[in-house]
Amino acid sequence: METKPRLLTILDGVTIILLAVATALVFFFTPIEAVMGNVQKVFYFHVANAWVGMLGFMASAIAGIAYLRTGKRSWDIVGMASVEISVVFLLIAIVTGSIWARPVWNTWWTWDPRLTTAAIMELIYAAYLLLRQGIEDPDRRARFGAVYAILGFISVPLTFLSIRIFRTIHPVVIGNADPSAQGSFDMSPAMLRTFMFSLLVFSFIFADLLWHRIRLGHLADKVEQLKLKVTQ
Amino acid sequence: MKPDPALTNIQAANSSMTSSRPLASFIRATAAIVWKDLAAELRSRELLSAMLVFALLVILIFNFAMELDAKARATVTSGVLWVTFAFAGTLGLNRSMAMEKDRGCLDGLLLAPVDRSAIYFGKAIGNLVFMFIVEVIVLPVYSILYNINLFRPGLLLVILLGSVGYVAIGTLLASMAVQTRTRDVLLPILLFPLVIPVLVAAVKGSNGFLQGLEISEIMPWLNLLIVYDVIFTAIAFMVFDYVVEE
Repeated sequence: METKPRLLTILDGVTIILLAVATALVFFFTPIEAVMGNVQKVFYFHVANAWVGMLGFMASAIAGIAYLRTGKRSWDIVGMASVEISVVFLLIAIVTGSIWARPVWNTWWTWDPRLTTAAIMELIYAAYLLLRQGIEDPDRRARFGAVYAILGFISVPLTFLSIRIFRTIHPVVIGNADPSAQGSFDMSPAMLRTFMFSLLVFSFIFADLLWHRIRLGHLADKVEQLKLKVTQ
Repeated sequence: MKPDPALTNIQAANSSMTSSRPLASFIRATAAIVWKDLAAELRSRELLSAMLVFALLVILIFNFAMELDAKARATVTSGVLWVTFAFAGTLGLNRSMAMEKDRGCLDGLLLAPVDRSAIYFGKAIGNLVFMFIVEVIVLPVYSILYNINLFRPGLLLVILLGSVGYVAIGTLLASMAVQTRTRDVLLPILLFPLVIPVLVAAVKGSNGFLQGLEISEIMPWLNLLIVYDVIFTAIAFMVFDYVVEE
Protein backbone atom coordinates (compact mmCIF):
# COMPACT_ATOMS: atom_id res chain seq x y z
CA MET A 1 0.00 0.00 0.00
CA GLU A 2 1.59 3.24 -1.07
CA THR A 3 1.50 6.09 1.38
CA LYS A 4 0.17 9.54 0.67
CA PRO A 5 2.94 11.72 -0.81
CA ARG A 6 4.36 14.34 1.57
CA LEU A 7 3.93 17.07 -1.03
CA LEU A 8 0.21 16.32 -1.34
CA THR A 9 -0.24 16.73 2.42
CA ILE A 10 1.54 20.09 2.22
CA LEU A 11 -0.66 21.13 -0.71
CA ASP A 12 -3.76 20.20 1.30
CA GLY A 13 -2.64 22.45 4.15
CA VAL A 14 -1.71 25.36 1.89
CA THR A 15 -5.04 25.13 0.07
CA ILE A 16 -7.06 25.19 3.28
CA ILE A 17 -5.13 28.20 4.58
CA LEU A 18 -5.48 30.03 1.27
CA LEU A 19 -9.22 29.39 1.20
CA ALA A 20 -9.56 30.74 4.75
CA VAL A 21 -7.59 33.87 3.77
CA ALA A 22 -9.71 34.38 0.67
CA THR A 23 -12.92 34.06 2.69
CA ALA A 24 -11.62 36.60 5.19
CA LEU A 25 -10.65 38.98 2.38
CA VAL A 26 -14.09 38.74 0.82
CA PHE A 27 -15.84 39.48 4.13
CA PHE A 28 -13.57 42.07 5.73
CA PHE A 29 -11.21 43.56 3.14
CA THR A 30 -13.38 44.33 0.12
CA PRO A 31 -15.66 47.35 0.17
CA ILE A 32 -19.42 46.90 -0.16
CA GLU A 33 -20.53 47.65 -3.69
CA ALA A 34 -22.52 50.89 -3.86
CA VAL A 35 -25.53 49.77 -5.90
CA MET A 36 -25.83 46.05 -5.27
CA GLY A 37 -24.78 45.93 -1.64
CA ASN A 38 -23.75 42.79 0.19
CA VAL A 39 -24.96 40.32 -2.43
CA GLN A 40 -22.19 41.45 -4.76
CA LYS A 41 -19.71 39.63 -2.51
CA VAL A 42 -20.81 36.34 -4.02
CA PHE A 43 -19.04 37.49 -7.17
CA TYR A 44 -15.52 36.58 -5.98
CA PHE A 45 -16.28 32.89 -5.48
CA HIS A 46 -18.89 32.75 -8.26
CA VAL A 47 -16.35 33.60 -10.96
CA ALA A 48 -13.68 31.44 -9.30
CA ASN A 49 -16.00 28.42 -9.34
CA ALA A 50 -16.83 28.97 -13.00
CA TRP A 51 -13.09 29.28 -13.62
CA VAL A 52 -12.50 25.82 -12.13
CA GLY A 53 -15.38 24.49 -14.24
CA MET A 54 -13.63 25.78 -17.34
CA LEU A 55 -10.17 24.59 -16.25
CA GLY A 56 -11.48 21.05 -15.90
CA PHE A 57 -13.12 21.24 -19.29
CA MET A 58 -9.83 22.22 -20.89
CA ALA A 59 -7.85 19.66 -18.86
CA SER A 60 -10.18 16.84 -19.91
CA ALA A 61 -9.85 17.77 -23.60
CA ILE A 62 -6.05 17.92 -23.34
CA ALA A 63 -5.99 14.60 -21.47
CA GLY A 64 -8.27 13.18 -24.16
CA ILE A 65 -5.89 14.17 -26.94
CA ALA A 66 -2.94 12.81 -24.95
CA TYR A 67 -4.78 9.54 -24.32
CA LEU A 68 -5.62 9.01 -27.98
CA ARG A 69 -2.01 9.72 -28.96
CA THR A 70 -0.24 7.63 -26.32
CA GLY A 71 -2.86 5.14 -25.12
CA LYS A 72 -1.61 5.52 -21.54
CA ARG A 73 -4.18 4.65 -18.88
CA SER A 74 -3.07 7.46 -16.59
CA TRP A 75 -4.26 10.09 -19.10
CA ASP A 76 -7.70 8.57 -18.95
CA ILE A 77 -7.67 8.91 -15.18
CA VAL A 78 -6.68 12.59 -15.53
CA GLY A 79 -9.55 13.23 -17.95
CA MET A 80 -12.09 11.48 -15.76
CA ALA A 81 -10.81 13.26 -12.64
CA SER A 82 -11.05 16.74 -14.15
CA VAL A 83 -14.58 16.16 -15.39
CA GLU A 84 -15.73 14.85 -12.02
CA ILE A 85 -14.30 17.88 -10.23
CA SER A 86 -15.56 20.43 -12.74
CA VAL A 87 -19.09 19.12 -12.82
CA VAL A 88 -19.39 20.02 -9.13
CA PHE A 89 -17.72 23.43 -9.38
CA LEU A 90 -19.68 24.48 -12.44
CA LEU A 91 -22.90 23.58 -10.63
CA ILE A 92 -21.80 25.74 -7.68
CA ALA A 93 -21.07 28.58 -10.11
CA ILE A 94 -24.55 28.27 -11.63
CA VAL A 95 -26.21 28.24 -8.20
CA THR A 96 -24.21 31.19 -6.83
CA GLY A 97 -24.91 33.04 -10.07
CA SER A 98 -28.63 32.53 -9.54
CA ILE A 99 -28.31 33.84 -5.98
CA TRP A 100 -26.63 36.95 -7.34
CA ALA A 101 -29.07 37.33 -10.24
CA ARG A 102 -32.25 37.23 -8.13
CA PRO A 103 -31.79 40.66 -6.47
CA VAL A 104 -29.79 42.28 -9.28
CA TRP A 105 -31.62 41.14 -12.43
CA ASN A 106 -34.83 40.34 -10.55
CA THR A 107 -34.87 36.79 -11.90
CA TRP A 108 -33.22 33.49 -11.02
CA TRP A 109 -32.36 32.68 -14.59
CA THR A 110 -32.15 34.35 -17.99
CA TRP A 111 -31.21 32.82 -21.36
CA ASP A 112 -28.05 34.85 -21.66
CA PRO A 113 -25.09 33.39 -23.62
CA ARG A 114 -22.94 32.75 -20.57
CA LEU A 115 -25.71 31.22 -18.49
CA THR A 116 -26.94 29.07 -21.34
CA THR A 117 -23.43 27.96 -22.25
CA ALA A 118 -22.72 27.05 -18.63
CA ALA A 119 -25.92 24.99 -18.49
CA ILE A 120 -25.03 23.21 -21.74
CA MET A 121 -21.50 22.55 -20.47
CA GLU A 122 -22.99 20.96 -17.37
CA LEU A 123 -25.18 18.78 -19.61
CA ILE A 124 -22.15 17.75 -21.69
CA TYR A 125 -20.39 16.72 -18.48
CA ALA A 126 -23.45 14.72 -17.46
CA ALA A 127 -23.52 13.03 -20.87
CA TYR A 128 -19.81 12.25 -20.52
CA LEU A 129 -20.39 10.55 -17.16
CA LEU A 130 -23.41 8.63 -18.48
CA LEU A 131 -21.43 7.51 -21.51
CA ARG A 132 -18.65 6.14 -19.32
CA GLN A 133 -21.16 4.42 -17.08
CA GLY A 134 -22.60 2.50 -20.00
CA ILE A 135 -19.32 0.87 -21.06
CA GLU A 136 -17.71 -2.05 -19.24
CA ASP A 137 -14.52 -2.55 -21.23
CA PRO A 138 -12.02 -0.10 -19.63
CA ASP A 139 -10.09 0.43 -22.85
CA ARG A 140 -13.16 1.36 -24.85
CA ARG A 141 -14.46 3.50 -21.98
CA ALA A 142 -11.23 5.48 -22.06
CA ARG A 143 -11.30 5.94 -25.85
CA PHE A 144 -14.93 7.05 -25.95
CA GLY A 145 -14.43 9.37 -23.00
CA ALA A 146 -11.47 10.99 -24.73
CA VAL A 147 -13.36 11.45 -27.99
CA TYR A 148 -16.39 12.93 -26.25
CA ALA A 149 -14.28 15.32 -24.16
CA ILE A 150 -12.63 16.64 -27.33
CA LEU A 151 -15.95 17.03 -29.15
CA GLY A 152 -17.44 18.88 -26.20
CA PHE A 153 -14.49 21.22 -25.91
CA ILE A 154 -14.81 22.21 -29.57
CA SER A 155 -18.57 22.53 -29.55
CA VAL A 156 -18.88 24.80 -26.50
CA PRO A 157 -17.23 27.91 -28.03
CA LEU A 158 -19.52 27.55 -31.04
CA THR A 159 -22.51 27.29 -28.73
CA PHE A 160 -21.38 30.44 -26.97
CA LEU A 161 -20.93 32.22 -30.30
CA SER A 162 -24.33 31.13 -31.55
CA ILE A 163 -26.12 32.54 -28.51
CA ARG A 164 -23.84 35.58 -28.30
CA ILE A 165 -25.43 37.04 -31.38
CA PHE A 166 -28.45 37.79 -29.20
CA ARG A 167 -27.95 40.69 -26.84
CA THR A 168 -26.60 39.87 -23.43
CA ILE A 169 -27.25 41.34 -19.99
CA HIS A 170 -24.51 39.46 -18.15
CA PRO A 171 -21.80 41.88 -16.96
CA VAL A 172 -18.43 41.59 -18.70
CA VAL A 173 -16.01 41.78 -15.81
CA ILE A 174 -12.75 41.77 -17.72
CA GLY A 175 -12.39 43.45 -21.09
CA ASN A 176 -14.66 46.07 -22.56
CA ALA A 177 -18.07 46.14 -20.99
CA ASP A 178 -21.26 46.12 -22.97
CA PRO A 179 -23.18 49.29 -22.05
CA SER A 180 -26.48 47.40 -22.09
CA ALA A 181 -25.27 44.97 -19.40
CA GLN A 182 -27.05 45.25 -16.06
CA GLY A 183 -25.33 44.73 -12.75
CA SER A 184 -21.87 45.62 -14.05
CA PHE A 185 -19.61 47.68 -11.82
CA ASP A 186 -16.13 49.17 -11.74
CA MET A 187 -13.79 47.29 -9.45
CA SER A 188 -11.82 49.16 -6.86
CA PRO A 189 -8.19 48.02 -6.38
CA ALA A 190 -9.20 46.07 -3.24
CA MET A 191 -11.91 44.28 -5.18
CA LEU A 192 -9.61 43.47 -8.07
CA ARG A 193 -6.93 42.13 -5.74
CA THR A 194 -9.40 39.91 -3.88
CA PHE A 195 -10.88 38.73 -7.16
CA MET A 196 -7.49 37.73 -8.58
CA PHE A 197 -6.58 36.12 -5.28
CA SER A 198 -9.71 33.96 -5.24
CA LEU A 199 -9.00 32.85 -8.81
CA LEU A 200 -5.58 31.73 -7.62
CA VAL A 201 -7.01 30.00 -4.55
CA PHE A 202 -9.53 28.06 -6.60
CA SER A 203 -6.81 27.01 -9.03
CA PHE A 204 -5.02 25.55 -5.98
CA ILE A 205 -8.20 23.77 -4.93
CA PHE A 206 -8.53 22.35 -8.43
CA ALA A 207 -4.94 21.11 -8.46
CA ASP A 208 -5.28 19.60 -5.00
CA LEU A 209 -8.53 17.77 -5.77
CA LEU A 210 -7.21 16.65 -9.12
CA TRP A 211 -4.17 15.12 -7.48
CA HIS A 212 -6.36 13.32 -4.92
CA ARG A 213 -8.71 12.03 -7.62
CA ILE A 214 -5.86 10.82 -9.84
CA ARG A 215 -4.36 8.99 -6.88
CA LEU A 216 -7.75 7.46 -6.16
CA GLY A 217 -8.02 6.35 -9.79
CA HIS A 218 -4.65 4.63 -9.66
CA LEU A 219 -5.53 2.93 -6.39
CA ALA A 220 -8.84 1.74 -7.85
CA ASP A 221 -6.93 0.24 -10.76
CA LYS A 222 -4.63 -1.55 -8.37
CA VAL A 223 -7.57 -2.95 -6.39
CA GLU A 224 -9.11 -4.17 -9.63
CA GLN A 225 -5.90 -6.01 -10.53
CA LEU A 226 -5.62 -7.55 -7.07
CA LYS A 227 -9.21 -8.75 -7.26
CA LEU A 228 -8.47 -10.44 -10.59
CA LYS A 229 -5.43 -12.10 -9.04
CA VAL A 230 -7.48 -13.44 -6.14
CA THR A 231 -10.23 -14.87 -8.31
CA GLN A 232 -7.79 -16.62 -10.62
CA MET B 1 20.20 -13.88 -53.33
CA LYS B 2 18.79 -11.90 -56.21
CA PRO B 3 15.20 -10.72 -55.76
CA ASP B 4 12.67 -12.47 -57.90
CA PRO B 5 11.88 -10.09 -60.81
CA ALA B 6 8.26 -11.19 -60.92
CA LEU B 7 7.88 -10.46 -57.24
CA THR B 8 9.37 -6.98 -57.50
CA ASN B 9 7.07 -6.31 -60.42
CA ILE B 10 4.06 -7.19 -58.32
CA GLN B 11 5.33 -5.09 -55.44
CA ALA B 12 5.89 -2.14 -57.75
CA ALA B 13 2.44 -2.57 -59.23
CA ASN B 14 0.97 -2.82 -55.76
CA SER B 15 2.68 0.28 -54.47
CA SER B 16 1.76 2.27 -57.56
CA MET B 17 -1.83 1.12 -57.17
CA THR B 18 -2.05 2.25 -53.58
CA SER B 19 0.00 5.40 -53.85
CA SER B 20 -1.27 6.86 -57.11
CA ARG B 21 -4.97 6.13 -56.72
CA PRO B 22 -5.79 6.22 -53.03
CA LEU B 23 -8.50 8.81 -53.59
CA ALA B 24 -10.24 6.74 -56.24
CA SER B 25 -10.26 3.64 -54.05
CA PHE B 26 -11.44 5.71 -51.08
CA ILE B 27 -14.35 7.07 -53.09
CA ARG B 28 -15.14 3.58 -54.40
CA ALA B 29 -15.24 2.18 -50.87
CA THR B 30 -17.42 5.05 -49.64
CA ALA B 31 -19.80 4.66 -52.57
CA ALA B 32 -20.04 0.92 -51.96
CA ILE B 33 -21.13 1.47 -48.36
CA VAL B 34 -23.66 4.13 -49.35
CA TRP B 35 -25.01 1.80 -52.02
CA LYS B 36 -25.23 -1.08 -49.53
CA ASP B 37 -27.27 1.07 -47.11
CA LEU B 38 -29.60 2.34 -49.81
CA ALA B 39 -30.14 -1.14 -51.26
CA ALA B 40 -30.86 -2.61 -47.83
CA GLU B 41 -33.30 0.21 -47.12
CA LEU B 42 -34.98 -0.19 -50.50
CA ARG B 43 -35.76 -3.80 -49.64
CA SER B 44 -36.77 -3.50 -45.99
CA ARG B 45 -38.01 0.13 -45.83
CA GLU B 46 -38.01 -0.15 -42.05
CA LEU B 47 -35.83 2.89 -41.33
CA LEU B 48 -37.42 5.42 -43.66
CA SER B 49 -40.99 4.45 -42.82
CA ALA B 50 -40.27 4.75 -39.09
CA MET B 51 -38.59 8.15 -39.52
CA LEU B 52 -41.39 9.46 -41.72
CA VAL B 53 -44.29 8.36 -39.56
CA PHE B 54 -42.49 9.70 -36.51
CA ALA B 55 -41.84 13.07 -38.19
CA LEU B 56 -45.49 13.42 -39.19
CA LEU B 57 -46.59 12.51 -35.67
CA VAL B 58 -44.32 15.19 -34.20
CA ILE B 59 -45.88 17.81 -36.48
CA LEU B 60 -49.33 16.60 -35.45
CA ILE B 61 -48.46 16.83 -31.76
CA PHE B 62 -47.11 20.34 -32.22
CA ASN B 63 -50.43 21.28 -33.76
CA PHE B 64 -52.22 20.41 -30.53
CA ALA B 65 -49.49 21.51 -28.17
CA MET B 66 -48.95 25.00 -29.56
CA GLU B 67 -52.17 26.23 -31.20
CA LEU B 68 -50.52 26.86 -34.54
CA ASP B 69 -52.81 29.64 -35.72
CA ALA B 70 -51.83 31.93 -38.56
CA LYS B 71 -50.02 34.43 -36.36
CA ALA B 72 -48.05 31.86 -34.35
CA ARG B 73 -47.15 29.95 -37.49
CA ALA B 74 -45.13 32.81 -38.91
CA THR B 75 -42.74 32.76 -35.96
CA VAL B 76 -42.61 29.13 -34.82
CA THR B 77 -42.55 27.30 -38.15
CA SER B 78 -38.76 27.04 -38.32
CA GLY B 79 -38.61 25.83 -34.72
CA VAL B 80 -41.23 23.15 -35.30
CA LEU B 81 -39.48 21.99 -38.47
CA TRP B 82 -36.09 21.66 -36.81
CA VAL B 83 -37.39 19.88 -33.74
CA THR B 84 -39.09 17.44 -36.12
CA PHE B 85 -35.92 16.89 -38.15
CA ALA B 86 -33.76 16.50 -35.05
CA PHE B 87 -36.05 13.94 -33.41
CA ALA B 88 -36.63 11.94 -36.59
CA GLY B 89 -32.89 12.17 -37.24
CA THR B 90 -31.91 10.47 -33.96
CA LEU B 91 -34.30 7.67 -34.79
CA GLY B 92 -32.61 7.11 -38.14
CA LEU B 93 -29.06 7.45 -36.80
CA ASN B 94 -29.70 4.96 -34.01
CA ARG B 95 -31.33 2.44 -36.31
CA SER B 96 -28.74 2.63 -39.06
CA MET B 97 -25.89 1.90 -36.64
CA ALA B 98 -27.78 -0.64 -34.51
CA MET B 99 -28.47 -2.61 -37.67
CA GLU B 100 -24.74 -2.95 -38.33
CA LYS B 101 -23.99 -3.88 -34.76
CA ASP B 102 -26.78 -6.42 -34.20
CA ARG B 103 -26.08 -8.58 -37.19
CA GLY B 104 -22.32 -8.40 -36.71
CA CYS B 105 -22.01 -6.42 -39.95
CA LEU B 106 -19.82 -3.78 -38.34
CA ASP B 107 -17.10 -6.37 -37.70
CA GLY B 108 -17.34 -7.42 -41.33
CA LEU B 109 -17.02 -3.83 -42.48
CA LEU B 110 -14.00 -3.30 -40.22
CA LEU B 111 -12.31 -6.38 -41.67
CA ALA B 112 -12.59 -4.97 -45.19
CA PRO B 113 -9.24 -3.67 -46.46
CA VAL B 114 -10.42 -0.07 -46.78
CA ASP B 115 -9.63 3.06 -44.89
CA ARG B 116 -11.76 3.24 -41.72
CA SER B 117 -12.82 6.80 -42.50
CA ALA B 118 -14.37 5.53 -45.75
CA ILE B 119 -16.76 3.57 -43.53
CA TYR B 120 -17.58 6.77 -41.63
CA PHE B 121 -18.23 8.77 -44.80
CA GLY B 122 -20.26 5.95 -46.28
CA LYS B 123 -22.50 5.71 -43.24
CA ALA B 124 -22.75 9.50 -42.93
CA ILE B 125 -23.75 9.98 -46.58
CA GLY B 126 -26.29 7.19 -46.25
CA ASN B 127 -27.79 8.82 -43.17
CA LEU B 128 -27.80 12.19 -44.93
CA VAL B 129 -29.74 10.71 -47.87
CA PHE B 130 -32.37 9.30 -45.48
CA MET B 131 -32.62 12.64 -43.72
CA PHE B 132 -33.09 14.46 -47.06
CA ILE B 133 -35.81 12.03 -48.09
CA VAL B 134 -37.67 12.67 -44.84
CA GLU B 135 -37.26 16.44 -45.26
CA VAL B 136 -38.42 16.33 -48.87
CA ILE B 137 -41.64 14.66 -47.74
CA VAL B 138 -42.18 16.66 -44.54
CA LEU B 139 -41.81 20.07 -46.22
CA PRO B 140 -44.72 19.76 -48.70
CA VAL B 141 -46.89 18.09 -46.06
CA TYR B 142 -46.25 20.97 -43.67
CA SER B 143 -46.84 23.48 -46.48
CA ILE B 144 -50.23 21.94 -47.24
CA LEU B 145 -51.34 21.45 -43.64
CA TYR B 146 -50.46 24.98 -42.54
CA ASN B 147 -50.87 26.83 -45.82
CA ILE B 148 -47.39 28.31 -45.88
CA ASN B 149 -44.94 28.07 -48.76
CA LEU B 150 -41.73 26.43 -47.55
CA PHE B 151 -40.09 25.97 -50.93
CA ARG B 152 -37.73 28.92 -50.94
CA PRO B 153 -34.14 28.47 -52.13
CA GLY B 154 -32.68 30.14 -49.03
CA LEU B 155 -34.60 27.89 -46.66
CA LEU B 156 -33.56 24.82 -48.61
CA LEU B 157 -29.92 25.93 -48.35
CA VAL B 158 -30.23 26.27 -44.56
CA ILE B 159 -31.83 22.83 -44.34
CA LEU B 160 -29.02 21.37 -46.44
CA LEU B 161 -26.26 22.91 -44.30
CA GLY B 162 -28.00 22.09 -41.02
CA SER B 163 -28.56 18.46 -42.01
CA VAL B 164 -24.91 18.04 -43.00
CA GLY B 165 -23.71 19.28 -39.59
CA TYR B 166 -26.30 17.24 -37.73
CA VAL B 167 -25.43 14.03 -39.57
CA ALA B 168 -21.65 14.60 -39.41
CA ILE B 169 -21.61 14.56 -35.61
CA GLY B 170 -24.63 12.28 -35.29
CA THR B 171 -23.06 9.41 -37.24
CA LEU B 172 -19.93 9.56 -35.09
CA LEU B 173 -21.88 9.60 -31.83
CA ALA B 174 -24.27 6.89 -33.01
CA SER B 175 -21.35 4.58 -33.70
CA MET B 176 -20.22 5.25 -30.13
CA ALA B 177 -23.68 4.87 -28.61
CA VAL B 178 -24.40 1.46 -30.18
CA GLN B 179 -21.32 0.04 -28.47
CA THR B 180 -22.63 0.89 -24.99
CA ARG B 181 -25.05 -0.87 -22.69
CA THR B 182 -27.71 1.86 -22.70
CA ARG B 183 -27.52 2.63 -26.39
CA ASP B 184 -31.06 3.63 -27.35
CA VAL B 185 -31.27 6.10 -24.51
CA LEU B 186 -27.75 7.42 -24.84
CA LEU B 187 -27.67 8.82 -28.38
CA PRO B 188 -29.96 11.84 -27.83
CA ILE B 189 -28.20 12.62 -24.54
CA LEU B 190 -24.82 12.61 -26.24
CA LEU B 191 -25.98 14.33 -29.40
CA PHE B 192 -28.23 17.21 -28.37
CA PRO B 193 -25.84 19.22 -26.18
CA LEU B 194 -23.20 19.10 -28.92
CA VAL B 195 -25.52 19.91 -31.77
CA ILE B 196 -27.05 23.03 -30.21
CA PRO B 197 -25.02 25.45 -32.37
CA VAL B 198 -26.45 23.77 -35.49
CA LEU B 199 -30.00 23.93 -34.17
CA VAL B 200 -29.73 27.56 -33.05
CA ALA B 201 -28.19 28.68 -36.33
CA ALA B 202 -30.56 26.57 -38.45
CA VAL B 203 -33.68 27.79 -36.64
CA LYS B 204 -32.57 31.41 -36.82
CA GLY B 205 -31.46 31.10 -40.44
CA SER B 206 -34.70 29.40 -41.51
CA ASN B 207 -36.70 31.99 -39.65
CA GLY B 208 -34.78 34.76 -41.38
CA PHE B 209 -35.64 33.40 -44.82
CA LEU B 210 -39.27 32.76 -43.88
CA GLN B 211 -39.68 36.31 -42.56
CA GLY B 212 -37.90 37.71 -45.60
CA LEU B 213 -35.13 39.43 -43.65
CA GLU B 214 -32.15 41.10 -45.28
CA ILE B 215 -29.46 38.64 -46.38
CA SER B 216 -26.90 40.52 -44.25
CA GLU B 217 -28.90 39.59 -41.15
CA ILE B 218 -28.98 35.92 -42.08
CA MET B 219 -25.34 35.69 -43.15
CA PRO B 220 -23.89 35.18 -39.60
CA TRP B 221 -26.06 32.10 -39.17
CA LEU B 222 -25.08 30.66 -42.53
CA ASN B 223 -21.42 31.25 -41.71
CA LEU B 224 -21.80 29.53 -38.37
CA LEU B 225 -23.43 26.52 -40.04
CA ILE B 226 -20.63 26.25 -42.60
CA VAL B 227 -17.95 26.56 -39.89
CA TYR B 228 -19.67 23.87 -37.80
CA ASP B 229 -20.01 21.53 -40.80
CA VAL B 230 -16.34 21.87 -41.72
CA ILE B 231 -14.99 21.52 -38.16
CA PHE B 232 -17.09 18.55 -37.16
CA THR B 233 -16.64 16.65 -40.42
CA ALA B 234 -12.88 17.07 -39.99
CA ILE B 235 -12.92 16.02 -36.32
CA ALA B 236 -15.09 12.99 -37.00
CA PHE B 237 -12.75 12.03 -39.84
CA MET B 238 -9.81 12.20 -37.41
CA VAL B 239 -11.29 10.35 -34.44
CA PHE B 240 -13.47 7.74 -36.13
CA ASP B 241 -10.58 5.24 -36.10
CA TYR B 242 -10.54 5.32 -32.29
CA VAL B 243 -14.29 4.83 -32.05
CA VAL B 244 -14.43 1.58 -34.03
CA GLU B 245 -11.08 0.16 -32.89
CA GLU B 246 -11.41 -3.33 -31.42
